[in-house]
Amino acid sequence: MKSKVEEILQQYPNAGRDSLIPILQSVQESLGFLSEESVVQVSKFLKMPASKIFGVATFYNQFRFTQPGKYHVMVCRGTACHVLGSATVLEEIEKYLKVKPGMTTKDKIFSLEVVACIGACGLAPVISINGEFHAKVTTESIQSIFETYRNREV
Amino acid sequence: MNLNIEVNNNVLTAMPGDTILDALNRHGMNVPTLCHLKGLMPSGACRMCVVEVEGRKNLVTSCSEPVMDGMKIQTHSARVIESRKTIVELLLSNHPDDCLYCERNGSCELQKLAEDLNVRERRISGNKNNYKLDVSSASIVRDPAKCILCGRCVRVCEEIEGVSAIEFVGRGSKTFIDTSFNHGLNVSTCVNCGQCIMVCPTGALKEKPHIDEIKTKLADPTKTVVIQYAPSITISLAEEFGFKPGQNIGGIMNAALRRIGFNFVFDTSFSADLTIMEEASELVHRITTGGTLPMITSCCPGWVKYAEEFQHDILPNLSSCKSPQQMMGAIIKSYFAEAEGINPADIYSVSVMPCTAKKFEQQREEMTQNGISDVDAVLTTRELARLIRLFGIDMDKISPELADSPLGTRSSAGKIFGVSGGVMEAAIRSAHYFITGKELIKFQVNAVRGLAGRKEAKVMINGLEIGVAVVSGLKNAEILMEEVRNGRKDIHFIEVMACPGGCINGGGQPIGTNEESLRARMKSLYEIDEHDAIKVSHKNPYIIELYDKFLGKPLGHKSHHLLHTNYQERDVN
Repeated sequence: MKSKVEEILQQYPNAGRDSLIPILQSVQESLGFLSEESVVQVSKFLKMPASKIFGVATFYNQFRFTQPGKYHVMVCRGTACHVLGSATVLEEIEKYLKVKPGMTTKDKIFSLEVVACIGACGLAPVISINGEFHAKVTTESIQSIFETYRNREV
Repeated sequence: MNLNIEVNNNVLTAMPGDTILDALNRHGMNVPTLCHLKGLMPSGACRMCVVEVEGRKNLVTSCSEPVMDGMKIQTHSARVIESRKTIVELLLSNHPDDCLYCERNGSCELQKLAEDLNVRERRISGNKNNYKLDVSSASIVRDPAKCILCGRCVRVCEEIEGVSAIEFVGRGSKTFIDTSFNHGLNVSTCVNCGQCIMVCPTGALKEKPHIDEIKTKLADPTKTVVIQYAPSITISLAEEFGFKPGQNIGGIMNAALRRIGFNFVFDTSFSADLTIMEEASELVHRITTGGTLPMITSCCPGWVKYAEEFQHDILPNLSSCKSPQQMMGAIIKSYFAEAEGINPADIYSVSVMPCTAKKFEQQREEMTQNGISDVDAVLTTRELARLIRLFGIDMDKISPELADSPLGTRSSAGKIFGVSGGVMEAAIRSAHYFITGKELIKFQVNAVRGLAGRKEAKVMINGLEIGVAVVSGLKNAEILMEEVRNGRKDIHFIEVMACPGGCINGGGQPIGTNEESLRARMKSLYEIDEHDAIKVSHKNPYIIELYDKFLGKPLGHKSHHLLHTNYQERDVN
């Protein structure tokens, strides 16, 4: 049986290094992240060193290297959110989840990502968890927001 | 057709295709550079080399800008100097302030630029870089905190060595240089050649130090501490002590090593002769019995690891001979130990190599006998200089001494191993004798000499035309292997060295090695060959004695056990 990555690569016959980003995007869409194995597979396919691919992928914010959690948390760090204290919100979430942006909690329930702007400036500071927006987040409200999700798991 | 350019109000000639920097350098004019590497693609990243060009609004990077006829250039205008100075100030703003403790104190290009540009106060201060050291490799230590992101290491690794073990990771102010998935160098494709160390302007890259361990063993009365040194060391070490490039200070070095406390001083060129006995015999054996051809040398541990990673299918082509370092190690702990009545476990065997990959080779599992390593520690040329200073030895005042017998006597064939083409030439000399029973009339094989990345020749032995090729820089090896894979049949023997020009340009050589010093080192090695009486490995009387008393014959049972090895495919990313 073909792996998901092999199926993707099959769609790019005679691909050169200019196809790298579209391939990585497809892989991430399919796996949810770029695994080490998938990067190695792409590297063999494109005859490009894995370090180069890793370099390109880390340049762009869109790629992640850990499996996303069941709930993917996006913290908006746009201008409006910043003015209304999103830096503190992010810090508090990092402390609460014990992960840094780009990482997934040990129990694989939450993953954290920082985004530039989610276009909901009127709700600033805003976070989005699996597409559900939480408006005017404060350091006090963080715990209760995350507990609602965690409670769904027990 | 030459172009005329005006530099600082003087008219100079330039050639079409020159960059501004090329033209300036040709006229002996200096512009400071950091990221620039001669012979590689310009990157224009550091902006140290900026100049003012009339009619251009912004400053121009001279390393990447082609000259144009009539160009008017200012290399040291107030604006240019201010810009360069600010760049250095910014680089220093997040650079660790530990120059006094830094490996490169005194040989750091950043330090030099700060001095040259008169940076004498802290105008800009920022958060200091804070990255973990990468000490995972057996050969190379990386300290990303000291990295100024010039990218020279990345380019050398990719363009010269074709390895690409390291790359820029991340973006903007968070960019740093790392291996894929931030794993240590030890599990990357790194072949430990150390060319990255040679081009690093700061202390971000250095060899894994072995000095402390050696110091401890020297002080241990139960240990017999022996040392061997590679062919090029007697010449390149000179530069570390202010002698002129190319001066052979082998005798002084022997004396210094004894003063430090090494019980026996041996010359790896002796085991280079031994390598030739085995390797030339193997070549003759392969040619006469229809073995796998072309045969490829295996002296260079950088090349060996590269082949194990990227060229698995040619592993059967690699000579099964261990490198001279490892052959010497094996002979010291067998033949020599037996003759001196010392328990091999009580011998601490050190080597001085122009190479960082030798540190990796030394700890390979294959390089042991009954759980005892053939070689216990490896010093680079730079580390040896440090050790000599540590023991307070004045190289100007000691009298030259000879290396110890019997493992310290060499032919000049063993000596020229230090330069690209030397192994080939030495092997041809002995292979000719093994096949015909006669010596060559002229020993010099000029076609394989010189610093070119690729050299080829046809050698006639007994009516048999043998094609030989010599490459240095693993990118050149990759290209040649591809040709062989695609059906080139006219090559029977290939010499590969990872470092451009061979061991004289190894990753363990003095910092600041340049083309001029390389030429001087090469010239010196060939002069030694010119003047020495014994020019072939098989005439080295102690090699003959070693076979008579101990090994039997080349490729014999004992040789096979002690002097030959095997290779394995490596799966790394």
